[in-house]
Order: sequence, then structure tokens, then C-alpha cells
Amino acid sequence: MERCFPFQTSVTVYKAYTRVESDANTIARALTAQTAETDAIRFLVGTQSLKFDNQITNEPKRLSSENRVLTCAAVWRMPPEWESGSHESPDDSSNNPQTLELLCHLDNTAHGSVACVLWEPLGDGKRVISLAENHVLLWDLQESSTKATISSTATLEGKGQLKFTAGKWSPHHNSTQLVTANDTAIRGWDLRSMSQIYCIENAHGQLVRDLDFNPNKQYYLASCGDDCKVKFWDVRHINEPVKCLEEHSHWVWSVRYNHSHDQLLLTGSSDSRVILSNMVSISSEPFGHLVDDDDLSDNEENQQEDKGKEPLQDSIIATYEEHEDSVYAVEWSAADPWLFASLSYDGRLVINRVPRALKYRILL
Amino acid sequence: MSSATTPPDSDPTGRRQVHSMLKLYYGMNEEGKVESLDPCDINGPHFDPEVYLNKLRKECSLGELMDHESCTVKQIRSLDSDMQTLVYENYNKFISATDTIRKMKNDFKKMEDEMDCLSANMAAITEFSAHISGTLQDQHAQITKLSGVHTLLRKLQFLFELPARLNKCLELQAYAQAVSAHRRARCVLQQYSHMPSFRGIQDDCHVIMEQLAQQLRQKFRDGGSSAKDLSECVELLLQLDEPAEELCDKFLSHAQSRLEADLQGLEAELIDSLVTDTDILEFIDRGCNEFVSNLCLVIASYQELFINHPQEGELLHVFVDTLAARYFSLVERRIQEEKGVGDNSLLVRALDRFHRRLQAISKLLPGSAVPSQGTEIVVRAARERIKQYLSALQTFYHDSLTDVRQALAAPRGATSKDATPSLPELLTSLSNFILNQLKSVLASVHLFTAKDITFSNKPYFKGEFCSQGVREGLVVSFIKFICQSSRQYCESAGDRGGSTPPALLLLLSRLCLDYETSTISYILTLTDEQFLVQHHTPVTPVTALCAEAREAAQKLLNHYVKVQGLIISQMLRKSVETRDWVNTIEPRNVRAVMKRVVEDTTSIDVQVGLLYEEGVRKAHSSDSSKRTFSVYSSSRQQIRYAPSYTPSAPMDTSLLSNIHKLFSERIDIFSPVEFNKVSVLTGIIKISLKTFLECVRLRTFGRYGLQQIQVDCHYLQMYLWRFVSDENLVHFLLDEIVGSAAHRCLDPSPMEQSVIEVICERG
Repeated sequence: MERCFPFQTSVTVYKAYTRVESDANTIARALTAQTAETDAIRFLVGTQSLKFDNQITNEPKRLSSENRVLTCAAVWRMPPEWESGSHESPDDSSNNPQTLELLCHLDNTAHGSVACVLWEPLGDGKRVISLAENHVLLWDLQESSTKATISSTATLEGKGQLKFTAGKWSPHHNSTQLVTANDTAIRGWDLRSMSQIYCIENAHGQLVRDLDFNPNKQYYLASCGDDCKVKFWDVRHINEPVKCLEEHSHWVWSVRYNHSHDQLLLTGSSDSRVILSNMVSISSEPFGHLVDDDDLSDNEENQQEDKGKEPLQDSIIATYEEHEDSVYAVEWSAADPWLFASLSYDGRLVINRVPRALKYRILL
Repeated sequence: MSSATTPPDSDPTGRRQVHSMLKLYYGMNEEGKVESLDPCDINGPHFDPEVYLNKLRKECSLGELMDHESCTVKQIRSLDSDMQTLVYENYNKFISATDTIRKMKNDFKKMEDEMDCLSANMAAITEFSAHISGTLQDQHAQITKLSGVHTLLRKLQFLFELPARLNKCLELQAYAQAVSAHRRARCVLQQYSHMPSFRGIQDDCHVIMEQLAQQLRQKFRDGGSSAKDLSECVELLLQLDEPAEELCDKFLSHAQSRLEADLQGLEAELIDSLVTDTDILEFIDRGCNEFVSNLCLVIASYQELFINHPQEGELLHVFVDTLAARYFSLVERRIQEEKGVGDNSLLVRALDRFHRRLQAISKLLPGSAVPSQGTEIVVRAARERIKQYLSALQTFYHDSLTDVRQALAAPRGATSKDATPSLPELLTSLSNFILNQLKSVLASVHLFTAKDITFSNKPYFKGEFCSQGVREGLVVSFIKFICQSSRQYCESAGDRGGSTPPALLLLLSRLCLDYETSTISYILTLTDEQFLVQHHTPVTPVTALCAEAREAAQKLLNHYVKVQGLIISQMLRKSVETRDWVNTIEPRNVRAVMKRVVEDTTSIDVQVGLLYEEGVRKAHSSDSSKRTFSVYSSSRQQIRYAPSYTPSAPMDTSLLSNIHKLFSERIDIFSPVEFNKVSVLTGIIKISLKTFLECVRLRTFGRYGLQQIQVDCHYLQMYLWRFVSDENLVHFLLDEIVGSAAHRCLDPSPMEQSVIEVICERG
């Protein structure tokens, strides 16, 4: 378990094992990586508290702030001085609280509490989707991002109380697809017509908690839920999952594909564990083994290496048990594909690296 | 003189002494007798009178001498008289011998005369005999010649009469006679065919025989006649030098047409049997009696007829094989119709008969593949039968599970408790049903290996049938099927929302566990004993099956925990999610859902207790039910912790809760449970409380909302500790719930412990 990182890049990495300590009783639930930043490794942590102003620490330029309790969502601007990428020491929490500039509220009081807010994955960041109760709201941000207007909506109809629990904006298909989860079902939406395109009923035995798209395979989707399972779907064949993992011993709250190596999959669960798995068989990487040209040059050495490489099967790489309370969010770093963070209820943020042996095996 | 020396009283020995003396006289000296050299021995050869006399004179008195002298005189006298008698006797004998010799001389002279007379007579007879034979010589030669002519004439007469006779035979249809007559004449006619008269006869015969052959062929071709007639026909035709190959073909084609008629009859019955439901034994009987026996007859007569044509054997084999193949296909079709598994003995008997009758063919036609093919059919039928039994067992298992399911579904509301069987009763009846069914199936299958069944001593039925068929194919497969289907209950129900009643899961889990502990080994031992299984091929060991059963039992029990936990979880989740916790009123009661949770847990406890043992639990503290939550409990603690919900001292709680967590073990929520009641209940309660915790964390609470949670948790604490193995677990989770609720509370002012207790005891 790596707790201290050798700093291989010029970028400062925050203490690997940190607590969101701006306030002692901070309860943190949201975590995201700063996607626009490519040099510095930054994670944003959303806290959840009633009395105090909720904080988003280590802010990037823009982020989607999400608050499950309050029924509103807002767009914030990063403090401009951070844009320079100045190196902060992790210990200087005293000078840390720099306020965000509130750009605008997504005013959706008519539609109930917001479950999640999604940025458009590609493009110029002018569009935002929020999921509120049983509504899908597509927002357009004005030029300066100071004003947001609803451009289109869709509503999930059905019997009983329907509430979205999670959603994901597909990075494929020119950002025209959205996938949402409510109860045990997963639904796909076409944003152009705002209509449902597919529905996986009973995707999980119980509530679906999170979804993620494979960044390299456009039809592949991972989902997780209260039945302790992580399932992989090919949305063209929705009758059966492609694969099913059952490693956690309680609800799985978060699932994330690595952005560049989609065989690496991160899951966080309320059994306080974070599991990093290697799903070679359903990744975009060629399954089995490819012999590169330079591999052929020195045969003998490589044959041994091949033998070592062979058992690169679907497997769990590591189980991280630093957290002592439920882990609600996991996220890969946007800047360093081998770095990831996980956040637990008690506000502890743990940053870990992919084991080096595996990293070299994937790279070489 | 010897008698003088013998004592007077030794009369019986006197005669012998005479003999020995005579012997001595004639030089026949007795061996071994030592002659005494004593000159005083009066009987010895060296007797010296002088010495003897002197000796007497010296030794004896006068009286003794006198006596001796008189005795000696007496002896001398008797010797003299003996001598005299002997001489007279010899003289008489000599005279009579002389008389006899004289008489013989006279007799011989007479005989010589008679012999002379005889030889003269014999010479006369010889002379006469020579004379007579000389005169009879001529006549003898003539008689011999005449008798030769006579036989020739008779033969000729036979020949001349032949055409007429043949005609007559033809009219009377006495073909055999005709053919034998013709055969007798044929060679002669052939030899003298250069003579016109014979030629005529031969031609006539030819015509007639042609006609006869024609008629025979006609008769042969008609085919209406019986097999015996047919073979007679063929025999006659063969004698008429018809070509054998052609006859073979014809014979076989006729036989084929008749056998095919049999087969068609069978086929018709096969189709009939589907409608009229005649049993397989009848069908096989008919097949054996008609087809197989006719086939045997054909084979026998063929071999008798064409014994000299070995190359035709091939033809027969092909013929038999093709017909047998059709017969077999019919039989197999019929066997396949036999789907009912009720009575196996009928099928076995039918197969036995089928097999037995085919043995006749193997005797008649040693190289034939037919019997082995027949055995294969029997083997296939047996295999098929095992498969049918397996599927029947599986259906039975499913049916009995459905029954159990209905029994479980029916009871609670409709009928009173005593009317419906309890879980243990259901379990025993289910396992007894299954075991009995399995036993009866084993008994049915056992018929295949019975001693009086002909095919039971085939290697297949001795070895593979028992081990691969019955043990592996039937028993092991069935046990595996039970485990498999049990596991399916876990998997299907998990995704489709628990269609299986939890009680059934519990029941099956116990069933599988029982199988693991005893039933499997019992069943396999029973099988091995009944079938005397010799394991030539590797078979599934008991331990592997037991492991599988145990795995299934574990899976079922885990699933049971999951399902029951889920049911309670759903209740708790709904109750948390649907309530407005900010604007709730001050708690006066424990919420109904908590009571429901406790009730359900109690009923689960009872349910599990019926099938599983109690299990071990950690020792309770004396006031388990009275324990209060650490965060709010004692007044001392309250002073310490109460401020933790004010902004002024925010560090304490998280620090304390972390310290607490540091020392408590990590809880695996959906972890495998052990096979006992406490472990099962612990699992269910863990799942429920964890759900409660997670739901609470997602809500916002008002002051009274928090207090309500406090009350609820205290209530749960009061009742749930007794079910679990380690009460600290419940405490820990409930602490967490209250702590989390406090975190999410807008106005965290907790309720007084005493008030909570009052409310809970009242509720």
C-alpha cells in the first residue's frame, strides 16, 4: 500500500493519505477530478453539511458542484490565482479557504431535488445536464456562464415514485447520449429527441448506484448497485450483462473506468473498501498478447517475459482498506492516469497509485 | 535189523523208519541228517557187532543181557516176516503187468486192418467227384450268362417304362420319386445316347423332366407353400442340376418376401400399439415368434441346402443382416415408445426375451453380427432407461418441491397452525419422499442385472452399466442435480426479486446439509452394495459430492440471509425515505415499523430455530437490554459528548468515533454464515442495520427527527441483542446510526436517556 509517493513528475502531489480537514465534522460525499487541468493533479471534494457552507476544496477552473441535500445546483468559477497552477503545500489548510465565485444557480425548484449534475464531456462546456427527481434537464450556459437556461427536458413516466439515482453523459456519439439509473433499471436517452432509447430492467437486484462509460468502447457501460455487484453491459445486447463482479461485501457506490487504460476499473463501496480491478477481457486493449516489433529483437528475454505476462487475466489488482467508513466516491486523476483518489464518509481522502509492476506491464 | 534198535513202545514211528531205511537203501540220502558214526548204533552204517557185544557184556548184568537177547531175537523174527510179505506182493504185481501187455498186443493188430479198408474207400470217392464236375462244367457257364441277360433286360425294361413312369409321377405330383428314378437312369441314358432307341427315351425323359422342373419352379415361384415345401423344392431342383447361385437368390428372395410380410405385420402392430396400448412384451413376443423363428428356419434350411456352396454364405450373411437391421429398427422404435417409468420389469423381460431369441441365430450362424447388434440394442435401451429414470427423478423432485412450496404458501392465514405441517415435518417428508423414490428407481434398474436375465452377464451390464450407468448416470447425477437446482434458486431469485419463499431456501439448505452429512454416503453405499459396483473407470468420490452439497447448502443459507435481510432492509429504507424528518413531531412512541422489524426478526428466529441448532454466542453482559448508546448514555458521557454537536468542539466526535472504529473489527455485511441459528440471525440483522445507517446518512433531520431515531434505535437495541452472536455488533451499528443522524441534524439536541427508556418500555 503506497502511502507516500515518489514524486516522479514536477507536479506536486498532495499527501497520499489526507483528510478533508477544513472542518472536523465535515462529511464528504462528492469527489471529482479537475478535468480541464492537465498538468497538476487536483481533486475536488464536495462536502455535505447543513450548518456550514459546503466547501469544495482544491478547486479547478470549473466544476460541477453537487449537493444532495440542497435542492439547488450551481456553477462556480475557480479562483483565478489558482489557474497559474501554483504549488500548494497540503498542510497550509490555514490559507486554503479561497472562495469560489458563484456564477449562476441552476434554478430548478420546480423539478425537485437534484440527484446529479453532468458537464458535457466534450465541446466547449456550454451544456449541463441535471437530474432532478424524475426529470432530465438540459441547460445551456450563456456566454459568461452567468446565466443558465433550460433548453430541453424529459420526464420519466411510470407507476410509483420514480427517482433518478445516477446518470452519465456518454462521451461517444458526439455527446448525444445520456444514461440514467433509477431503482433497478438503467435507461439510455437520446439528447436530440430527449427520448428513451433503451432500458435495462432489473439491471441489478437492488438499487443502481452509479454508472460509467468505457471511454474507448462506445457501447460498453459499467454499473454498480446495492446488490454488491459491478456489472458490465453491452448496450446493444441488454438482456444479459457481459460480465459481473461480486467482490464487495456491501453496496457499491461508485464505479470508474480509467480514462486511458480502460481495463483498470475502480470501485468504492460502503464496506469501506476500494477495489482496483483489471478487466482485460472486456477492455479495448487487445486481449491475450501482442508481440511488438522490438519484442522480437531479443527473443529469449522476451519469451520469459511473455510467460510472466500471460496471466494478465481479469483479476483484482488491489483492495485498499485505508478507509474506516463507507466509501462514497472514487475518481481517477485527470492529469496522471496512474493516480486515483477515494473519499469516505468521514472525510478521508485517500490517493493511491496503480502498483508499479502492473503499470509497467500495461505500458511495456 | 533197524526195528531191533527201535524201542518197543515207538510203533507209530516205526513205519517212517521203514521208509527212511528204504530211502537209504536206494541211495536217496536224507540231507541234513547227521549219520552217526557210533559203532554201537545198531541201525547205523558203521555198526560193529564186536564192539557192541563187548560193550553189552561190560555194561550189563546177566539179567539185562538175557532181556536184551530175547528182545533182539523178537526183532529179528518180525523183520524176517516183513521181508517175506514184501517179496510176495512184488511177485503178484509183476504177473498182472505181464498179462496186460499181452492183451494190448492183440488189440492193435485188429485196428490195422480197419485202417486199410478206409483208405481204399476214400480213393473211390475222389474218383467219382472228379467225374461229376467234369460233366457239369458247360451248363454252369450257360446259367451265368442267362442270369446276366435277365438283369440287363430288367434294366432295359425300366428304361423303356421310364417316360411313362415319370409321367405318372408327374400326374401324382410325386416329384421326389420322379427325380430319384430319373437320376438312376440318367447315367445309362447318357452313356448309350448314340443308340437311337435310347436316344428316344432320353429325349422323352428330358422333355418330361423339363416339364417337371418347370412345375417345380412354378411351385417355387408361387411361394405360397410352406418353408418346408420350399426347401424340398429347392432340394429337388438342386438334384436336377439347376444352377445353385440362381436358386440361392430365388430362395432368399422368397424367404425375404415372407419375412417382410412378418415385418410388416410387426410394423402394423407397432402403429397399432400406439393406439391400443399393447405392452412391449406382447410386441417382442410376436416379433420373436414370427420373424425370428422364421429367420432361423430359413437360415437352417439354407445351410442344409447349400452346404456345398461355401461362397453363398456371404449372401446369407448379407440377407440376414439387412432383415435383422429392419427388425432392429422396429424393435428400437417400439422401445423408444416405452416412456412410462412405472413398471420396468415388463421392459426387462421383453428385452430378455428379445436377447434370448437372438442367441439362436448366433448358434446357427456363428459369424453373424446380429446377436451383438441385439446386445447393443439392449445396452442402448438400458442407457435410455437410466436417462428416463433420471429425468423422472428430476421431475419428481421438482414436483415435491412445488408441493412443499404450496404447503409453505398455504398455511399462515387460511388454516390453523396444527393443520399444516411444520418445517421439520416438511423436511423429513421431503427427504423421505426423495429417498424412497430413489430406492424404488434403484430397485427397478436392478432388474437389468438380475441373475435370470440372459444379458446380465454381458460385460457391459457387469461393469459399465453398474458404475457408469447407475452410479454415475443415475445416482450421482441426481445428487448433482439437487445441488444444481438448489443453486439455481439462489441465482434466479437474486435477480428477479426473490420469487422463492425464504422458508423454502432454508428448507433446501438444511436438506443439502443433511445430504452432506449422511444421505449421500448412505445412498452411494446402498448403490454400491446393490450393484456390486467394480470401479474400472474413475468415479465421483463421495467427498466431492459432499463438498458440492455443502457448498450448495452454504449458498442457500447465505441467500436466505440476504433475502430476509433485504425484506427487513426494504421496510427500514421505506420508513426512512418516505418520512419528512425535518418537520416531524416530538416522538411519543416507537415507530410501528421498528416493532414490525422486531416481530419479523423474532419469527425468522423461530423459523430458523426449527431447522438449525442454536450455535455459539459471546457471553452477554448482565444488562444487555438495558445498555444505552455510548454517545448519549450516562450523564458523565453526556457531558462529554453533548457539546460535540455544537460547532464549538467539532473534533471530539470524529476523533472518538475513529478511535472506536480503530478498535472494533471491520464488519463484513454480506459475509457467509455458519450453519446455526445465531449466525444466520446475526447476518440478517447486520444487513438490516447497515441499510438503516446508509439511509439515515442521506436524509436531513430536524430536532425531533433525531430524537425519533434515538428512540427507534433504543428499541431495536432492547430486542435485537438476544439474536446475535456478538451484541457489540448491534451496539456499534446502532451507535453509528444515531451518530450519523446527529451529523445530519439541523438542531442536534438529543433526548434524555430516561425519557427514551420510558417511551420504549411503554411501546
